[in-house]
Amino acid sequence: MEKWFKRAGLRLMVLCFWIIIWGVLSRIINQELFLPSPISVLTTIFEIGKNTTFWISIGNSFIRIILGFFLGLIIGAVLALISYKSKVVYELLSPLMKVIKATPVASFIILALVWISAVNLSVLIAFLMVLPVSYSNILQGLKSIDQKLLEMSRVFRINRWKRIRAIYFPTVLPFIISAISIGLGFSFKSGIAAEVIGRPVNSIGINLYESKLYLMTKELFAWTVVIILLSVLFEFIVMKVLPLIMKRGINHEH
Amino acid sequence: MSIKMKNICKSFNGQQVLSDVSMSFSEGKITCIMGASGVGKTTLINILMGLWEADSGEITGINNKKISAVFQEDRLIEHWDAIKNILLVCSGNVTDEIVKKHLEDIGLVDYEGKPVRALSGGMRRRVAIVRAILSEYDILFMDEPFKGLDEKLKNQVVNYVRENTKGKTLIVITHDRDEVAMLGGELVYLNSRQ
Repeated sequence: MEKWFKRAGLRLMVLCFWIIIWGVLSRIINQELFLPSPISVLTTIFEIGKNTTFWISIGNSFIRIILGFFLGLIIGAVLALISYKSKVVYELLSPLMKVIKATPVASFIILALVWISAVNLSVLIAFLMVLPVSYSNILQGLKSIDQKLLEMSRVFRINRWKRIRAIYFPTVLPFIISAISIGLGFSFKSGIAAEVIGRPVNSIGINLYESKLYLMTKELFAWTVVIILLSVLFEFIVMKVLPLIMKRGINHEH
Repeated sequence: MSIKMKNICKSFNGQQVLSDVSMSFSEGKITCIMGASGVGKTTLINILMGLWEADSGEITGINNKKISAVFQEDRLIEHWDAIKNILLVCSGNVTDEIVKKHLEDIGLVDYEGKPVRALSGGMRRRVAIVRAILSEYDILFMDEPFKGLDEKLKNQVVNYVRENTKGKTLIVITHDRDEVAMLGGELVYLNSRQ
């Protein structure tokens, strides 16, 4: 516990350091239009926070991005499992995943706008960004499973559930955690970018776009801070809770 | 009914490891396989266990038999403790107490609550042996099971194996004639030209 407090204290100090740097730079530039001060950004957050549409926008964007994230994570995991079992599927999916990974997110957004409505755009984009990350990470995890342990499980006729619990899960878990960590960051960045271009009503993206359009730099910073907080908070929750649930489920005796 | 291998051939990347190997193993008895390093002893029992397929040849008398094994490497779940590793392969009627009794019989102390990766090589070997013996089996394969054990400990472990495998079919790979004598089994040689 003491260690946790020390680490949290250190992180808080680092955060304060960078906020001070930001404040000093803002003072030097002395133009709120170019670089607003941390205090005015904080005040703006409180101001826009009084508005109901602020919370509706956050809710809408958050739900869509998280939906895309989980779809990407789950479908990526399922495809990784199928690829692990079937060489044909692996050969078919491998170039597709590489193409998705290499395609600029802006190309996807513009292309996807032709196919689907602006409202669903961030779901699709977040999904597309997370899918190859989840697929490649989990496939790599599956490939790193010790084949000698699998042979041992065959000799001793260990049932599938016990095999997952003892051999598959401990090896693949770090790769799942890595996929979640990378994928969450990607999904928030790409999802918001999709909203800025698609501009669905009552979303974080449209607020960002309007702030830029009307040169409301304080609002632009305020919304950016909100996005960062949302992403960090959600990553913290998912990274703490999800592995715990998975571990508990897998350690439950059957 | 004995286990019979007839004209077994196996090669890896064009290199012949087993060439026309024929052998038989008596049911309910201990058979020790000896042979020089690299002659294909492990390949032979991996084929018998059904882990690898022979390129040609025939095996009879092993179908539908339950097998158990002490592998050349221990093949334990590294982050689990000894008891959990053993219970993983056992049927429901093997309890913690039974496992502890067997570990005591094989001379293992100071293992509780520790992941097996924290145990010494000799301790891990004994965990692998108890695991193999407590699982349900008709045939037990042991690939150099006493490797890494000092003489005094080896006697204790060999006695433990003999006591707990009476009436079962044992196929043991060894390099040590003394082990064959201690186990009291039949001896077969695997030659490189076989």
